[in-house]
Amino acid sequence: MTLLQNEASDVVMTPDNIRTRKLPVAYNIGIAVAALAIAAAIVFPTGIGNWVLVVVLGVVFYLIGLQVIAGRIEGPRAARNRMWQAAIYCACVLAILPLASVVWTLVSKGVSRLDGDFFGSSMNNIGARDPNGGAYHAIIGTLEQVGIAALMAVPLGVLGAIYLVEYGKGKFAGTVRFFVDVMTGIPSIVAGLFVLSFWVLIVSPWFNNGTPQFSGFAASLALTVLMLPTIVRSTEEMLRLVPGPLREGAYALGVPKWKTIVKVVLPTALPGIVTGVMLAIARAAGETAPVLLVAGGAAAINFDPFSGGQQSLSLFVYQQAADASRYAPARAWTAALTLVALVLVLTIAAKLLARRSSLR
Amino acid sequence: MAKRIEASNVSSYYGNFKAIDGISMTVEPKTITALIGPSGCGKSTFLRSINRMHEVLPNARIEGRLTIDDQNIYDPDVDVTAVRRLIGMVFQRPNPFPTMSIYENVVAGLKLNGVKKKSVLDDAAEQSLKSANLWNEVKDRLNRPGAGLSGGQQQRLCIARTIAVEPQVVLMDEPCSALDPISTLAIEDLMFKLKDRFTIIIVTHNMQQAARVSDKTGFFSIDKTGDPGRLIEYDDTQKIFSNPSEKKTEDYITGRFG
Repeated sequence: MTLLQNEASDVVMTPDNIRTRKLPVAYNIGIAVAALAIAAAIVFPTGIGNWVLVVVLGVVFYLIGLQVIAGRIEGPRAARNRMWQAAIYCACVLAILPLASVVWTLVSKGVSRLDGDFFGSSMNNIGARDPNGGAYHAIIGTLEQVGIAALMAVPLGVLGAIYLVEYGKGKFAGTVRFFVDVMTGIPSIVAGLFVLSFWVLIVSPWFNNGTPQFSGFAASLALTVLMLPTIVRSTEEMLRLVPGPLREGAYALGVPKWKTIVKVVLPTALPGIVTGVMLAIARAAGETAPVLLVAGGAAAINFDPFSGGQQSLSLFVYQQAADASRYAPARAWTAALTLVALVLVLTIAAKLLARRSSLR
Repeated sequence: MAKRIEASNVSSYYGNFKAIDGISMTVEPKTITALIGPSGCGKSTFLRSINRMHEVLPNARIEGRLTIDDQNIYDPDVDVTAVRRLIGMVFQRPNPFPTMSIYENVVAGLKLNGVKKKSVLDDAAEQSLKSANLWNEVKDRLNRPGAGLSGGQQQRLCIARTIAVEPQVVLMDEPCSALDPISTLAIEDLMFKLKDRFTIIIVTHNMQQAARVSDKTGFFSIDKTGDPGRLIEYDDTQKIFSNPSEKKTEDYITGRFG
């Protein structure tokens, strides 16, 4: 008995015949149509659901039908393969559906206020009955807050990861790694509260004649607290992936350790590090709670991140969505679309930059 | 130019594990010395001790004296990067820097150690690639990634990179074990050529290779797994392969053991 004889009785493959029958495409489509029809016949007359349930049931029936019928024609092994392949495709579609739905909703609802006024003006002196007003101040706020946060978090995070991978040995490194892990799970509102109590209430009065004040910089601090652990962990993983022989190759040329890290290890890990940094930035750009707590939000344009309340795009979305004005929801949608587009553009730009510097 | 290496009573440890025990040998300038022996007998450990690559691994340490022209490389006031600039190393698997072009790979040692002048770098790149018998194959694509070359070419690129920094001694840790016979031959030819300028020590599992290329051969062995490796015999290659003084050496090179 050879392994070939494990197949179904009427698709026996022998050492002299390794061909087998294949399920015709027409059968495949037929099973799909039949499955949907049966699902519809069950769902609609009984009135237990709408077309979504039909599709879900249809997919289940299709997978079962595929297994049964393909098993008859191709043999059980080929049928299992076919069924799981179909199941994986379905799972993939299922995973993409919410994303596509989000993008579609954003674009379709956000496009109505996609005008010059939205990007050119703030909400200063805009009342409930004014249809115009825009997010200029919020865009400035997001860019400044996230920019400053990135300026603080990226060098700190990357240097911390370099310490953990290249230098850190023993208890101290273990402690650092543990607290970085703990910090990863900090809820953003806690980071906001920390900065509120520490920076806004204690430190900022020193610079403002004794009165505490909101500022975009305080929001940056909170975002830094949130970004730091993500950047440290992702950079650490990427640096660990750099093969040891590369470092040894550089050492063997008489290159000092720090230069090996800067010129060999970091460039090799750069694309991965950039991805991690962009994930952190994208997360920070979407944070609302800490900005609300420590920057306060504002209706007017405030270029100075170090003094006075500042708006951010996500906070703008939150406030407009809760606003009673009938013109507010459109502004919220457009601001959300702007935020997503902003993060997308930044990510693509960073990836292109990283690719250009690593490959020719 | 090329320097004499002298090891006296060198033992290496990984933590508490003693990898080699009391190795003493003298390597004359401008010779090729081959280190042979079964796997795990400490040849590579000894080789890595010579340019202090051993200590890159955690908990690794050395006892004994290793001198290069009478300077002990393990003296506390010795700068480890200076040692490695004097004693270059080629590894078992080719390890060109993946983010660098062929040209950048060759001059990496110079550039990362502060040489900036373009003319010097260009010169060094051309000379080293020519010495490594690689110039004709890559001269038209110096700006392509080094990782895009074939295995044999990559290994010659690594040799070019090593000799571009003008070391006194070149250590080779099984440089041909990942290569096909033709690339191996190219690298053996290269070793003969480099012998005029450098002292070469090569670890190899290929006894024909040791017999072909080396002037002197050292045979390492262990009694059983877990024991430290010892230098059993160290003599002229001719003598080792025709009339070894130790029974163990004879058994190993005739294939009766190991």
